[in-house]
Amino acid sequence: MDFFNQFGRYLLMLKGMFSRPENSKMYWKEFMHQCSDIGIGSLGIVAIISFFIGAVSAVQTAYQLVSPIIPKTTIAQIVRDTVILEFAPTLVCIVLAGVIGSKIASELGNMRVSEQIDALEIMGINSKAYLVMPKIAAALLTIPMLVIVAMVLGIWGGRLAGTASNILSTDTFDRGLLENFVPYNVTFALIKSYTFAFIISSIPAFYGYYVKGGALEIGRSSTKSVVISCIMILLADYILSQLLLNPPTS
Amino acid sequence: MIAFKHIFKSFGEKEVLNDVSHEMQTGKCNLIIGTSGSGKTVLQKCLVGLFEPNSGEISYDGTSFTDMTAENRKELRQQIGMLFQGSALFDSMTVEQNVMFPLDMFSKLKHAEKHKRVNEVLDRVNLVDANKKFPAEISGGMKKRVGIARAIVLNPKYLFCDEPNSGLDPQTSMVIDKLIYDITKEFNMTTVINTHDMNSVMEIGENILYMDQGKKEWTGNNEQIIFSKNELLNEFIFASKFLQDAKDMRMLEAKGIISDNRDMEDIISNGEEIK
Repeated sequence: MDFFNQFGRYLLMLKGMFSRPENSKMYWKEFMHQCSDIGIGSLGIVAIISFFIGAVSAVQTAYQLVSPIIPKTTIAQIVRDTVILEFAPTLVCIVLAGVIGSKIASELGNMRVSEQIDALEIMGINSKAYLVMPKIAAALLTIPMLVIVAMVLGIWGGRLAGTASNILSTDTFDRGLLENFVPYNVTFALIKSYTFAFIISSIPAFYGYYVKGGALEIGRSSTKSVVISCIMILLADYILSQLLLNPPTS
Repeated sequence: MIAFKHIFKSFGEKEVLNDVSHEMQTGKCNLIIGTSGSGKTVLQKCLVGLFEPNSGEISYDGTSFTDMTAENRKELRQQIGMLFQGSALFDSMTVEQNVMFPLDMFSKLKHAEKHKRVNEVLDRVNLVDANKKFPAEISGGMKKRVGIARAIVLNPKYLFCDEPNSGLDPQTSMVIDKLIYDITKEFNMTTVINTHDMNSVMEIGENILYMDQGKKEWTGNNEQIIFSKNELLNEFIFASKFLQDAKDMRMLEAKGIISDNRDMEDIISNGEEIK
């Protein structure tokens, strides 16, 4: 029963975000501020994670491919596909759920308990539209961009690790990258990243916006929002993979 | 004038407001007083629309607030200023940005004009050289002043203050009280103050609503409160011996038994017992 109650409030929060802005310039300013916070603020961690994940996947793939029959270009193909299909969108978004999600939940939670949200409402400002909407919109814009950056850096990391460990030459890696490339995989990864961006921003916003109590509750709701976001990302990952990579046959 | 009639509000089984009716008068400091848990904060939040009462009627200058559409409420709220208990300043903004925020959101003034207006109100609340400071860098009393400045920057018709003296020393409390009182008179606002502070009650209580366990228990002003025979009110207001003595003294003064400070000094020096 509590689940339906919470889910209903979540939907009402999303519905409440859509109203005529009191001042479009201020909303735009807030949106740009959030783009900077979410996008540029997370660039460093995304770059580090994706680079090393690509590197590790190249080394581990080479370790497992012991048969001389399998060409070395396969390593590049596996690195490319795992990075594009899974590592860049899913793993990066799980990390971002921790980085961005906890920030959104604690920021809104703090504003709630210190009555800053009430102050906005008293001024006649739709606090859901002014505080939540720009965060979700900024996440939807910047997270897919971060995922594209992660794809590039992941593959580059794999290439660098492969050559540095004398597993394969750069020419072989580059040739492998172009073999059997399916552009749809990038589309699929972007669909996933949009879905995950919505999850990462809206669920912590909900937990932060409706927090009750003090500092302890802010911490609890922040943790809860990250855990639930991660679970929802994995669930959505499975559902999207089933629907888009393995469509049901009639 | 803000009038409310037969306000009921409960949270689940717990009844917080039980048939409360009163009128908050224009150009006066209207105080809502009562013990913790008496329902005064809930009443104030119902008046500004942060809580919806279960039943009852609230009107602002004759216009029903209860029946207003969300859009009309938004418009009315631009005429409402509120000072919160913890000041509720935006942490990420400087003092100047906090005060300018309502102007940025609702006025079409040019930046220079907004800047001028911000300096005017900061000057009005006696806050100088704090424009570039963040809320974390200023004292509690200064935060309250910034809160007041932000509340009055759009020239509101109604000012709500939720425990404006909480966490302040007596001297700063008196400064804040005087500031609220002066602003109320200067701009002819309807000011509603939620307070525990007995100094505030005695100094600026022009129209007082005393609440007990969600009910209206007594109404009057700071002159009448001294002579009230309401037991609950007397227990609340004159809780300490010091305040009880002060009340006795004022009553003796009123009855003409003592007339001025000199008489009082005589009584004290002669060790005369006051009955």
